[in-house]
Amino acid sequence: MSQLDRRSMLRGIMNGAAVAMALPLLDVFLDVNGEALAATGQRIPIRFGTWVWGCGFVPERWIPTSEGSDYVMPADLEPLAAYRKQMAILSGFDVKLDGVANKPHVTGTLGLRTGVPVPNETVRAPTIDVLMGEVMGQGTRFRSIELSASGIERSYSFRGAGSPNPSETSPLALYKRIFGEGFQDPNAEVFAPDPEVMVRKSVLSAVSDDRQRLMKTLGSSDRQRMDEYFTAVRQLEQRLELQLQPPAKVENFTVPKAPGKTVVDAEIGNVMENHKIMAGLLAQALACNQTRVFNMLFSDTASNLRRSASSDTHHTLTHEEPVNPTLGYQEQSAWFAAQSMVACRDFVDALAGIKEGSGTLLDNTLLFAHSDCSIAKAHAVEGIPMMVIGGAGGRVRTGFHKAGRADSAARVGLSIQQAMGVQVEKWGAGSMDTNRTLTELVA
Amino acid sequence: MFAPDVPVTGRFERALREDGLIAVGTSHGSMSAFSVEQYDVSARSIAAAVTSKERRAQFVPCQPKSETEFDKACASKFVQQYGGQLFRRPLTVQERDRFVTIAGAAQQKLGGFYKGLEFALIGMLDSPQFLLRMDRSEPDPAHPGAVRLDGWSKAVRLSYFLTNSTPDAELLRAAATGELHSEQGLARQVERLLASPRVEMAVRAFFWDMLQFDGFNDLFKDPSIYPGYTVAAAADAQEQTLRTVVSHLVQENGDYRDLFTTRKTWVSRPLGILYRMPVGTRNGWEQAEYPASSARAGILTDVSMLALHSHPGRSSPTLRGKFMREIFLCQRVPDPPANVNFSVVQDAVNRPGSTARLRLAEHNDNPVCAGCHKLTDPLGLTLENFDGAGGFRAKENGVSMDLSGALDGEDFVGPQGLGQALQDNPGVPACLVEKMYRSAIGRDIAGPEEPVLEYLVGRFESSRFRLPQLMRAIALSKSFYAVQNQTGLVLQKTVAVAKKGDRS
Repeated sequence: MSQLDRRSMLRGIMNGAAVAMALPLLDVFLDVNGEALAATGQRIPIRFGTWVWGCGFVPERWIPTSEGSDYVMPADLEPLAAYRKQMAILSGFDVKLDGVANKPHVTGTLGLRTGVPVPNETVRAPTIDVLMGEVMGQGTRFRSIELSASGIERSYSFRGAGSPNPSETSPLALYKRIFGEGFQDPNAEVFAPDPEVMVRKSVLSAVSDDRQRLMKTLGSSDRQRMDEYFTAVRQLEQRLELQLQPPAKVENFTVPKAPGKTVVDAEIGNVMENHKIMAGLLAQALACNQTRVFNMLFSDTASNLRRSASSDTHHTLTHEEPVNPTLGYQEQSAWFAAQSMVACRDFVDALAGIKEGSGTLLDNTLLFAHSDCSIAKAHAVEGIPMMVIGGAGGRVRTGFHKAGRADSAARVGLSIQQAMGVQVEKWGAGSMDTNRTLTELVA
Repeated sequence: MFAPDVPVTGRFERALREDGLIAVGTSHGSMSAFSVEQYDVSARSIAAAVTSKERRAQFVPCQPKSETEFDKACASKFVQQYGGQLFRRPLTVQERDRFVTIAGAAQQKLGGFYKGLEFALIGMLDSPQFLLRMDRSEPDPAHPGAVRLDGWSKAVRLSYFLTNSTPDAELLRAAATGELHSEQGLARQVERLLASPRVEMAVRAFFWDMLQFDGFNDLFKDPSIYPGYTVAAAADAQEQTLRTVVSHLVQENGDYRDLFTTRKTWVSRPLGILYRMPVGTRNGWEQAEYPASSARAGILTDVSMLALHSHPGRSSPTLRGKFMREIFLCQRVPDPPANVNFSVVQDAVNRPGSTARLRLAEHNDNPVCAGCHKLTDPLGLTLENFDGAGGFRAKENGVSMDLSGALDGEDFVGPQGLGQALQDNPGVPACLVEKMYRSAIGRDIAGPEEPVLEYLVGRFESSRFRLPQLMRAIALSKSFYAVQNQTGLVLQKTVAVAKKGDRS
């Protein structure tokens, strides 16, 4: 891949994404060496997603005692041991508050996802998944897909303040949205463009005819909102345009069956089950190019997970459970933290279970897993646990533990973007602001 | 606008809540790709139903002259009729032509006149002119150099405020003739709408928003602790409170403050189980009274309020106190500091003899926490004889509870004392006035509007706190129609209070 590709795309983004939109699939988001060709002759795209769990960790059960590649796998990461080589453990990176009030469970999450600490949900920059979607989400049916496993509809994916992308909470609703109406089986024998889709597309373009005239009559803040509307309409139009093209063939893909009805709530057994089903559906959706960007909220940042018949949630336990004097930590809270890593393994399993070219979907994905705080009891935003899992088509290096030593957490966000080919030299604000790439991470 | 059984299949995105009201958040909330995608899903289901074989006779105002050739005149008639209702004003010539052209093109491509109408209707339903409310201004002849809202924009404001819906034909007529610009003409329409049953929908939507019932979307209770609390019971619990509010405030024209003390309520069978009250009606609702011997009186003791502001497996005096301050008194309770040390709160939720009061007292040894808990807990603790699902309990962990509390220096005991304290508190009706005015104008109050609020509070008081009188005073006030932004239009999402569709 040449420098020129990067620059031309950047220009495209600056001029309103016109260039990036016009091209079906930019080389920059294909495998670096062009090696990963699927059996169908298509090159395999790279995907990006985040996986969030709430209420942090028990440091002595999660942080490896040494850095580098020869660390001893800590107790709570044991479920992920099979992925040791495909995972980078990042400990000790801080969200720097600079005097900003720490809104429990929110400031840490959004601080590390935007590089700017905020005292509430009024983000001051888009979250990293949206930045990534801007450049790699083009040309797929969905710009990104948001999921939440514990029944809470929110996400930590923000385009701007006041516009979080809502999450799907039910496996069945997720299935209908992706594989229901409008889905085209990439391996179908025959392809016939649907004339209704053509008409719908022309309807949307007629609706957009008013854009210029309306924009002129509006004040600046309303103009921005109207612009968001027209951008969303344009995205819908592009999706219909895709439906009029024969989809690229996908190896090893068969349309999944609809999941049964499940109980959607915060009881951890149900959450684990729904999470697993949604992870499987998402992996299939990624495999057949429905989206390249995703956000999975395993548990909300103020985790409402609970065990059946218990009056406590994971969150209330972190505050109210006494420390077990023998163990030196809160035993029940620790159980939830450990379960969160089991769930993370389930998610990675789903990606690793899909064959692509000579590897798996996981090899072509960069999964950024993180929590909202380190020690939930104190809502500490110093040393929030983070992991980078997957190969990103050879763009990241993994297989090590790196201790941040109170460095800015924005270094991680910056490095991930750079690894994925986003042209960005510095990221974050105030003490978070950094131009220092984590060289260990970027291939 | 069409018929209640015309299906709306899209799912609506969670609305943005600002300073306690979704009605204010809609002026800033943006439209994500997800919401436009779902609006389009709804548009297609509506249009397919309206133009279907079974319904076209009901909805399409003319019949095409030919089976094969495009009947432009009939399509124009259809577009103008529904376009006018959907855009809440007559279509411009360009707009009409645009949608008639869509109809013609769709007929040519897909065959069939009604297919053409279907896609013209989808186009109108996907348009920003339908999905967003746009205030339009025009020169004000009474004040040269200044502008005023045009008649249709006034009609839209009035209609959403008093009926929570789009203007009806009569209101659009009054907009067209300019009647809404005269005091008499406006008063005639306000009286007409206030007398119509649709005003109940507006009151219901306002209280759904003010009471933050959208919180039920994320509310779960542990079935092994609260077996009676089911999804059906939760839905009925909300309905119970809204019915009580509407019947007391609108049908009986009652005093707003009495909502906190009235024993009158509504019940259904699933609720009867929670309240341990016999309910005769098999499917549906009946009016009832909380027995004088029971601990319940006033909407604060409804299951909806008690369950919504509790944890999944236990009550929360702090959450309950916070919601009362914020919802009924328009006060803000700060978030807890991030670095609270809870180690003083040793275990204890289910320890024999432990009560919330004791647990919170331990917690409040810490002066950092005590500041805010002093605001919330003395209110919330008076409701401790209701568990986390709103069920009555005489004891917690085997001991009886101290239900004493205080508000603004007044001491009282138990839920009935609390209801009385809120009924007597002058901050309660003043807060309602503020919320209703902000909801009506769809934005926060600007500094110069403080006298308007004072005026409205005065009017509310002199009407002995009748809600329809307050609505009348707002609807007739000049400030309700003030042009916010002299340079442009003000946008607001139409779907101000959106209900979620079917989710498994």
